Amino acid sequence: MTAAIEFRDVSRVYGEVRAVDRVSLTVQAGEFFAMLGPSGSGKTTCLRLIAGFETPDSGSVLLNGRDVTDDPPYVRDVNTVFQDYALFPHMSVLENVAYGPRVRGQRKEDWQQRAREMLDLVQLGNFGDRRPAQLSGGQRQRVSLARALINQPRVLLLDEPLGALDLKLREEMQIELKNLQRRLGITFVFVTHDQGEALSMADRVAVFNHGKIEQLDTPRALYARPATAFVARFVGSANVVTGELAQRLSGRAEPFAVRAENIRLRAPAASANGDTMSCIGDVADVQYHGAMSRWQVRLESGEVFAAAVADTNSNGDFKIGARVRLEWARNDAVPLSAAESS
Amino acid sequence: MKALSTFLYRRPALYVALLLIPPLLWFGTVYLGSLFTLLAQSIYSIDEFTAKVVYEPTLATYKQVVTQAANVDIILRTLSMAVAVTIACAAIALPIANYMVRYASPRTRALFYVGVMLPMWMSYLVKVYAWRLILAKQGILSWLLDTVGLGAALDALLRVPGIGGPSLSASYLGMFIVFVYMWLPFMILPLAAALEKVPESLLQASADLGARPAQTFRTVTLPLALPGLAAGSVFTFSLTLGDYIIPSVVGAPGYFIGMMVYQQQGTAGNIPLAAAFSVVPIVLIMIYLTLAKRAGAFDAL
Repeated sequence: MTAAIEFRDVSRVYGEVRAVDRVSLTVQAGEFFAMLGPSGSGKTTCLRLIAGFETPDSGSVLLNGRDVTDDPPYVRDVNTVFQDYALFPHMSVLENVAYGPRVRGQRKEDWQQRAREMLDLVQLGNFGDRRPAQLSGGQRQRVSLARALINQPRVLLLDEPLGALDLKLREEMQIELKNLQRRLGITFVFVTHDQGEALSMADRVAVFNHGKIEQLDTPRALYARPATAFVARFVGSANVVTGELAQRLSGRAEPFAVRAENIRLRAPAASANGDTMSCIGDVADVQYHGAMSRWQVRLESGEVFAAAVADTNSNGDFKIGARVRLEWARNDAVPLSAAESS
Repeated sequence: MKALSTFLYRRPALYVALLLIPPLLWFGTVYLGSLFTLLAQSIYSIDEFTAKVVYEPTLATYKQVVTQAANVDIILRTLSMAVAVTIACAAIALPIANYMVRYASPRTRALFYVGVMLPMWMSYLVKVYAWRLILAKQGILSWLLDTVGLGAALDALLRVPGIGGPSLSASYLGMFIVFVYMWLPFMILPLAAALEKVPESLLQASADLGARPAQTFRTVTLPLALPGLAAGSVFTFSLTLGDYIIPSVVGAPGYFIGMMVYQQQGTAGNIPLAAAFSVVPIVLIMIYLTLAKRAGAFDAL
């Protein structure tokens, strides 16, 4: 079986900046693939390289096993949902959705029929005659989705599609997109800077930083076993322990990560056993999040640890400034590759 | 001072009124007032014997404008020139503006803007007379064409009835060239402004959905540039309709509306006829705007 998308050593350079730096990756057909990273990490450039809006300076891009490196966007079998939706303001919603079949010379009855079906699919059946300006953000998002799907592409590219929506709508659309992808069975490539979005929707996630992929894994593996300090911090903001402190806690100089929710707070005098690591600090801050609270604890050596603790009465007696003992199981300390810094 | 500021801050309507009254007075009396005084003259007529204005409302002057064959000729000649100039300006400006906005580097774009506006900083009269020399029988253009062996082609062009003449500077073709040169910036600038407002992502979306560049231009770029095209064409159209210097310096001897207005209010002293002729471009522009609106030129605004 050939891969839906393949990057072979792809680089894209803007002046001095290596926006994409020798990236190789493979996306399987039918996969929900997320590209996650902070802004400027190269994830959007990668998406644009797949769509054909950018041409790599070196390396090659393959779609369904065919080299499309030099193909313009209009011959590639992929479609894009743009961050700003990019709906044509001078056309009705129906004409927007029908744009693909129309420029390909389909007959009017056919494209009208197809476009109505697509609008029904995104539950906007009655909105065909409106102008994009008359729709809400969520509705425009759906129109943009319908317009991209009408060509029945093998790959759908989504560039931060939920970024402009409010929280509730975003959560609904996450579920809807996931269902749609399952139903249609086509490959989705989803660019986001929101790790929650990437973890909850994707089959596999590529974490980008400085134009390179730091780690490519399933959400579970990414969360439980981050390979580098960057991934550990960016995905689920784990505590990263390095240098002297790492040496003192684990007995080895290699850096490791501890998830905030794996840390327990105890009285400073509580005894530790061999299966745990522990250290002592002062409570610097507490944020209440309902189901749990996030504690910031400053160690004597200056590092700040975050601990997410289920909000039970047992922790209630620690006030800001109180001395506490942080404790976690030895198994919860995930060793990181030492090569990465930032 | 502070008390006054507070007083005005609490009364925004008064504040706005104070700011607006002086310009509105200027606009209302000096600008519109004088225009309507002129237009009001058109409903009077002139006494054939005494050459004095008869202050009795009549449509006789208008009748004279639209029924006398010579006057109708003038209107049609001016109108055809304005339409031709507008079409030519649009055809030349569209690729230039598109290049400036989409493809030029910021540096080149700035150079283009300066290049487009530079001629507008120079005296209009100097430019017109310069063009008369350029287009003259032994002028630089005919010399250039002779040198590259195209002299015969120019002669053949000048023999075409209607647009030709003894030389470019004495033909409607020459006048057309000067008009296009003069008004081109007025087409390029609004067009570039309109194209600049079209987000890059719309063009990418079009290509993404399978449209070839020519299709994208026709279905996305052009419709979204229409407001700019409409604005620019109002300039080129109305400036050509009203101009009297270019037709009197360059081109064939036929009269244009502007020349007629100039002559009637000056030498002939027929203010009512001059006023009635001034109404013609206004009416033509209104018809043009109505047609443009019907064609959807302002829908994307």
